[in-house]
Formats: sequence, structure tokens, C-alpha cells
Amino acid sequence: MRKSKFYWALSDGWTMSGRSLKHIFREPESLLMAIGLPVAIMVMFVYIFGGAIETGTEYVNYVVPGVIITCAGFGSSLIAISVTQDMVGGLFERLRSMPLLPSSLMVGHVTGGFIRNAIATTVIFLVAILIGFRPSAGLLEWLGIIGLLALFMFSLNWLFVAIGLITKSVETANAATFPMLFLPYVSSAFVPTETMPTWLHAFADNQPMTPLIETLRGLLIGTPIGNNAWLTILWFGSLLIISFILSVVIFKRKKKE
Amino acid sequence: MKDSIISVQNLKKSYGKHTVLDGLNFEVERGSIFALLGENGAGKTTTVRILATLIQADSGIATIAGYDTHRESESVKQKISLTGQYASVDELLTGEENLVMMGRLNHLSSNTVKKRTAELLDQFELTNAAKKRVKTYSGGMRRRLDIAISLLASPQVIFLDEPTTGLDPRSRRNMWNLIQQLAKNGVTIFLTTQYLEEADQLADKIAVIDSGKMVEEGTAEELKRMIGDEKVELTFDNAKEFQQASELLQGQVSEVEQRISIPAGSPESLRKLLNTLHEHGIEPSSVNFRKPTLDDVFMDITSRKRKEQSVHA
Ligand SMILES: Nc1ncnc2c1ncn2[C@@H]1O[C@H](COP(=O)(O)OP(=O)(O)OP(=O)(O)O)[C@@H](O)[C@H]1O
Ligand SMILES: [Mg+2]
Repeated sequence: MRKSKFYWALSDGWTMSGRSLKHIFREPESLLMAIGLPVAIMVMFVYIFGGAIETGTEYVNYVVPGVIITCAGFGSSLIAISVTQDMVGGLFERLRSMPLLPSSLMVGHVTGGFIRNAIATTVIFLVAILIGFRPSAGLLEWLGIIGLLALFMFSLNWLFVAIGLITKSVETANAATFPMLFLPYVSSAFVPTETMPTWLHAFADNQPMTPLIETLRGLLIGTPIGNNAWLTILWFGSLLIISFILSVVIFKRKKKE
Repeated sequence: MKDSIISVQNLKKSYGKHTVLDGLNFEVERGSIFALLGENGAGKTTTVRILATLIQADSGIATIAGYDTHRESESVKQKISLTGQYASVDELLTGEENLVMMGRLNHLSSNTVKKRTAELLDQFELTNAAKKRVKTYSGGMRRRLDIAISLLASPQVIFLDEPTTGLDPRSRRNMWNLIQQLAKNGVTIFLTTQYLEEADQLADKIAVIDSGKMVEEGTAEELKRMIGDEKVELTFDNAKEFQQASELLQGQVSEVEQRISIPAGSPESLRKLLNTLHEHGIEPSSVNFRKPTLDDVFMDITSRKRKEQSVHA
């Protein structure tokens, strides 16, 4: 029975995604971390700093998009670690010596990471509602939110696959996750950018997290969105394409090593 | 004309200034066990990785079943399977799940996957551990699972990069049995090892490499003839007895360590040897048997090369 290349590419991607899914629940540390950390940050901001920060709305309503982004970004960055682990162990080499598209390994990590992120994000929305988050979004807005978050997660997932392919040790891959933890702080995620010093303000206004957060906030609680939606799609759409191409190129170059 | 399935001609590979493979040449006969023997850093893994299409050589030609490992890598991949130096099993999955996953990735039908998984678990004595996570496996079990995985697709050539490094003596013997079984089924086995004994036990042909160069190639018998048989080493505490013994016996004498090495030979010649000493009232402080080691091969070859050079000079 001969089946097309396309069939096997899908089948391999499916098999590897199944493996990543098993990993999520058999080593739940990273899932717990991807949920626990953002929840801790959210609770801290809402109850400790929230009263002192002037945002024009209930602080919890203001901060949820930022927390979600921190959660998803950190969750994605963990992919770099698992990709590096597969390379340092022999799995990656064995797959490359087999007659299949070894990119299924990357697809597995990307979908696995996406599912972990989806679980974490849902839990965080629920906790947020528990501590007073009241979104005004309707069905259409929710679809927009899901779409944007998916775009954000997929683009970062591929970026971290590429980073995982470059890094030679698990420790370095670990270090690559740190920027994702602090980048949201230098955006409008937790405090309005106007309150920052001018130079930081300029950076915060122009980094991709800010339009994403502003768009999510607009969709969730009805603040003005302006051209932020388009900026977001432009930023993360490009990141998705670039990261994907980058991963494929780095992957192919392994042969020259 | 012999039927060779792997053919390597003048293979070279460098990393920056570091030459790892310096013009390797060899042929592997179909259905045989071929051992690449070398110390740490000799270039064994690099050779395997080139043959398994993972990396590209700088120059030279390597073919498997007539296909070029670089230009026709897709056809080569259909014929081979690789078990790398470091186990490539998934720690979080069970042994069975590992086999099923790799069976699917080998594009076997789901019935075949089921059948092969059960067969291989049985053949490699892993049936009892099939439902346990690999995390809990011993080194030997991991290695066995790793090799079982590489047999899923019934390859023609199997690469085993140091299959017994890190195993205890018992597991090593079991592994040897397994490898011999595989060879009986007609597959060609290309293995690398640091142990002369292992190459001796398993291989039909042995290639000794050092710093990416072939230093010797032949059957285990040929290599052993070259480096000599097992030796008896007699060590003496008493300097006078040592002098006396070295006059009586034909052997290599180490003055510093007061030691004499003699080819072990048959039990009969051994008995005579000890009798001779006893009759002269000489008591060695210790008697040891020593198998020739890889060290001896290198020592022997390098010293032989030096001699040749001085003859030519
Ligand atoms: N990707 C690489 N970049 C730079 N140097 C490398 C690379 N891979 C291997 N080397 C070097 O090439 C040499 C040979 O390596 P190789 O792994 O082939 O040796 P080996 O015979 O398999 O040794 P071992 O018994 O330790 O496994 C080593 O000195 C190693 O440092
Ligand atoms: Mg090696």
C-alpha cells in the first residue's frame, strides 16, 4: 500500500504530537510552571501593586492580557529545552537517519507546546475570573482573542524550535527562556507605558508585545484598539514566517556540521 | 570477487584545523560483522555518522548497496538503521510505546507495528518491562530497547556505535549473543568498539583506526598473530632469582619491574615452564596472564612502523 508523501508527513507529525502530549502529562513540572508562574505574577500585581497603579479601569481587568501573554510566552520558551534535549540525546539523529521528513519532530514540539499553552491559558483565565476579572467580550471578540493568541503562540513556538536547534546544551536553552519572562514588563502589560522613563517608554511602545496586549485588552474590555490589531498581525505574522524558515534552514544545515 | 555492501574510499573530514578522518578506505562484505576499533576520539562516530547520512564528508566516497551516502541519501536511509553511541530512547514513554512510536515513524502498517513490537520485546527479553517507563530501565535494558527499535524496519545494514560501552560484563556477553544472532539472519553489522576483545568475539573483519587513519585491517586471527598470543607474566621479588630466571627462560625481560613475559602456549608448555623454575628453586612472587590489548596493537604497530622507517632510511 503506497501512500503519498503528504499523507506520511501528516501521519509523522501526528505521531510526534502524540508523544509531546504524553510528555506534558508525564512530566507535569513544565505545565505546572507555565501555569503557576503567571498566576503568582497576576495575584502579586493585583493584590500588592494594583492599588497603586492608575490605569483608568479595575486593575485586574487591565492586567489579564499581560498575564496571558507572559504565560504563553514562557510556555513557548520551554520548547527550546525539549528540542535541545532531543538533539543532545540521540532521537534527533536516529530520525534523521530514517526515510521520513524529520521535521515531524519539530511539528510535534510545536503542537505539543501549543496544547500545553492552551491548557495553561485557560486555567489562567479561570483564575482571573475568580479574582474579579470581568471581560465584556462577545462571541466575535472571543474568536479574535483566540485567533491572535494562536498566532502569537505558533510564531513563538517556531522561534523557540529554532533556538532549541541552535543551542548545544540544555542549560543554554534554559537561559533562552529568560527574555520571555521579562519582555512583557517592558510593555503596557502591567503598567501604562506613559509612566516609564522616556527611553524605556519609546522601547515599550514599539516592541511587538505592546500592540498585542493593547489589542487583547480592547477585545476583552473594550478599550480603544486603533491600528494595534494590524500591527500585531504584521509583527507576529512576520515572526511566524521568519521563525519557520529559520528552523527549516538550521535543520538542513545540520548535515554540514 | 567479494560482494561488498559498504565501500569507503579516501574519506576525509575536518572540523576547522582538526583533521578527524584522514583518508579512510575499507570494504564491508554483505552479511558480515565489521568492527571499527579505535580509542576515544579516533573518529569512529564520525565515520558512522557519515555512513548513516547524518553528516557530509569533506571529500572521498562512501556508498551503501551502491548508493552514495551523500547524493543518494534517501535510498541509503531505506537500507540502514542507526543505533547511536548514546541511547536514543524516550525516557518518559514505556518500552512498548517507544517501539510503537518508532514503528509508525518507519511507516509500517499498524498490524505490522503490533506484531514486530511483540516479537522484538520478546527477542530482547523486555516483555516484562514493556509497560514500564524507560526511565526505570537499567543501562543494559536501554541498550537492548535501542537496538530493538533499530530492527523494526528490517534493515539490511545495522550501525551500532559502541553497543556495549558502559555495560557490566554480563550484559556485555548478552549483547554479544544478540549481535551474533542478528548476523545469523543475514544482516550486515557495522559496529564500533574500544575493546579488542569485543571485536575479536564478534567481527569477521576488524579495522583499527587511530587519529582518523587506518592502521591495520584484517580478521581477528590476523591481528592477533600480528600482536602475539596471550602472555604469562612472572614477577620476582628476589633480584638474584630474577636474573637466574631470565637466563633460563626465553621471554621479554623488564629489568625495572623484574618481570618476564612469555607466550602462554599450551597447558603442557606452561607446566614445563613452572617445573623448570621449581627445579631451580626459583619462586616468582606472582604469575599473571595477560591478553593482548588495544594498547599492544598500537604499540606494536607504531614500533613496527618505526623499524620500517629506519630500514628504509
Ligand atoms: N561536531 C564536531 N565539531 C568539532 N569537533 C568534532 C565534532 N565531532 C567530533 N569532533 C572531534 O572529532 C574527533 C573524533 O570524534 P569521534 O566522535 O568520531 O571519535 P570516536 O572515535 O567516536 O570517540 P569515542 O570513543 O570517544 O566515541 C574528536 O577529537 C572530536 O572532538
Ligand atoms: Mg564515538
